[in-house]
Amino acid sequence: MSITQSLDGGTLTLKFTGDCVLDRLPEIEADLSALGATGARSVVFDVGELTRVDISGAWVILAHARRLNAAGIPTRVDGARSEHFAFLEELARGEQPPVVAPAPTDALQPWERVTRSVGVWTLRRTGDITDGLAFLGRIVTMFLSAGRSLKRLRAPSIARHVYETGVTAMPIVALIAFLISVIVAYLGADQLRKFGAEIYVVDLVTIAVLREMGVLLTAIIVAGRSGSAFAAEIGVMKLNEEVDALRAIGMSPIEVLVLPRVIGLVIAMPVLTILADAMGLLGGGLLSAWLVNIPASQYLQRMQEAIATTTFWAGLVKAPVFAALIAAVGTYRGMQVRGSSRELGRLTTVAVVQSIFLVILADALFAVVFVEIDF
Amino acid sequence: MAGGDTPIVRVRGLVNRFGSQTVHDGLDLDIRRGEIFGIVGGSGSGKSVLLRSILGLQRPRAGTVEIEGRDITQMSTEELRSVKKSYGVTFQHGALFTSLTVAQNIELPITEFFDLEDATLATLSELRIRMVGLPADAAAKFPAQLSGGMVKRAALARALALEPRLLFLDEPTSGLDPISAAAFDELILYLQKNLRLTIVMITHDLDTIMRTCDRVGVIVDARMIADTLDGILQNEHPWIHEYFHGPRARAVGERS
Repeated sequence: MSITQSLDGGTLTLKFTGDCVLDRLPEIEADLSALGATGARSVVFDVGELTRVDISGAWVILAHARRLNAAGIPTRVDGARSEHFAFLEELARGEQPPVVAPAPTDALQPWERVTRSVGVWTLRRTGDITDGLAFLGRIVTMFLSAGRSLKRLRAPSIARHVYETGVTAMPIVALIAFLISVIVAYLGADQLRKFGAEIYVVDLVTIAVLREMGVLLTAIIVAGRSGSAFAAEIGVMKLNEEVDALRAIGMSPIEVLVLPRVIGLVIAMPVLTILADAMGLLGGGLLSAWLVNIPASQYLQRMQEAIATTTFWAGLVKAPVFAALIAAVGTYRGMQVRGSSRELGRLTTVAVVQSIFLVILADALFAVVFVEIDF
Repeated sequence: MAGGDTPIVRVRGLVNRFGSQTVHDGLDLDIRRGEIFGIVGGSGSGKSVLLRSILGLQRPRAGTVEIEGRDITQMSTEELRSVKKSYGVTFQHGALFTSLTVAQNIELPITEFFDLEDATLATLSELRIRMVGLPADAAAKFPAQLSGGMVKRAALARALALEPRLLFLDEPTSGLDPISAAAFDELILYLQKNLRLTIVMITHDLDTIMRTCDRVGVIVDARMIADTLDGILQNEHPWIHEYFHGPRARAVGERS
């Protein structure tokens, strides 16, 4: 398409020739923006010579005319051989698009913007925390009221979640616990050899695995596997209005969706932790036997001496707490999904990141408490 | 009928089978240029499968599907893409992309094929939004913020993004109240007249069929019986007779 201009006594005539169709819009766009200001008092758009025109092309010409009108220059479309222009003028007479008000932040000073975003962030976090606590409260009250009858606790559903979050996670938890403890034992032995104290590798591995690593590794794997699954499952149910359907039937989503997942994970996590502990000790033992020449009998004996009766329990007691945190965060974020698939992805990510963070925070609290009470 | 005599869509001997279930067995169909063609059939009679076959979303077991004289069942992905550019589709539940605004939904197909400036894109999406009768402030809204009728209109606006000559509508008025559905019928007629579109629609809405369709095709016994609206109304096939003269159809007839 090409445009020829002719100026006649203050009236600018733009003569359009060629194809004015969607495929050619990039050229048309360039031609129109190259026109620039000519100082004309009025503009005539002569479209009579166009070979082909479709509504997109015609609309772009009309939009240019409307821009001129807005600048106070009257325009006219001439030689309108195509009924498209009439159809479009009918459309254009409708309401004008709203002028987007400039965002109020533009008027703010930089320091005001900083304080403003700090304020917004603070309010949002505070709301997040109170909402989260309220959700936790609902889970607990629901557990107390539903706990009286097995039927309301939904044993089949709990069993399914124990299987999905526990049994199917066993291979990966076992493998990772084994490998990590081999790595710790290997690095530890390397350092301790300098003092001739290789035997303390056993203490290192045993205490580290039983107190911290077994349960922490399990929690991180479970948060990645099941925390994300909880958020995604419940999130999709929210998007499909399944959660609303449950409410409409008179069932509580907390009782039907949240509680079985929390209970299921609280059952599954300790089992996984015991598995991780066993695999960790096995990995440490095998490495000690191969690289540090500590035979299995000596390893077992040293292990008995290294640990107190409470060491194993100090790790295991954390498992149900971590499980409840992971399940609560996953289901809570899932219940927050609304509107779009992007929200689903965002909140699933938030669920995983936040549950891992909370697990580590809780672990730190446990460490302090255990030291204080000498557990 | 405007345009030449060659049908814009031509289906011959279409066979679709899932396991032991035969959905289409030698189905023939011609859509003429400039007409509004309604496809009806019982639930599970393969209306959606037929639509998916015509759209090239699903390869049939046998038979040919020609769109503007080109057989899409034998095409490469690249050729099929150029055919897909020439038609617009709306899906039953809108299928708007939930993470994009209405304007972005409309601009998406345009940016896929053309490299345009943001201002021009906004101009083009504004035109589509006006064409389907949505308020201008709908442009910045997300699909979750729209009512059912507005979702249908926004989906139609997206289907019109690339100036198609051929438009496929899957249940365009389902889930709408009678007033909105009637308004949607008028919108379809208005756009068909002004844009000289050929429209193929799947619908169960007898009011829509009576108001908009030039011809109707009924899928019975895994084949298609197509005729003018009057012809179909007088068809003696028991299912067709029941469909157009059953108690619900009579109620429609009495009202109008």
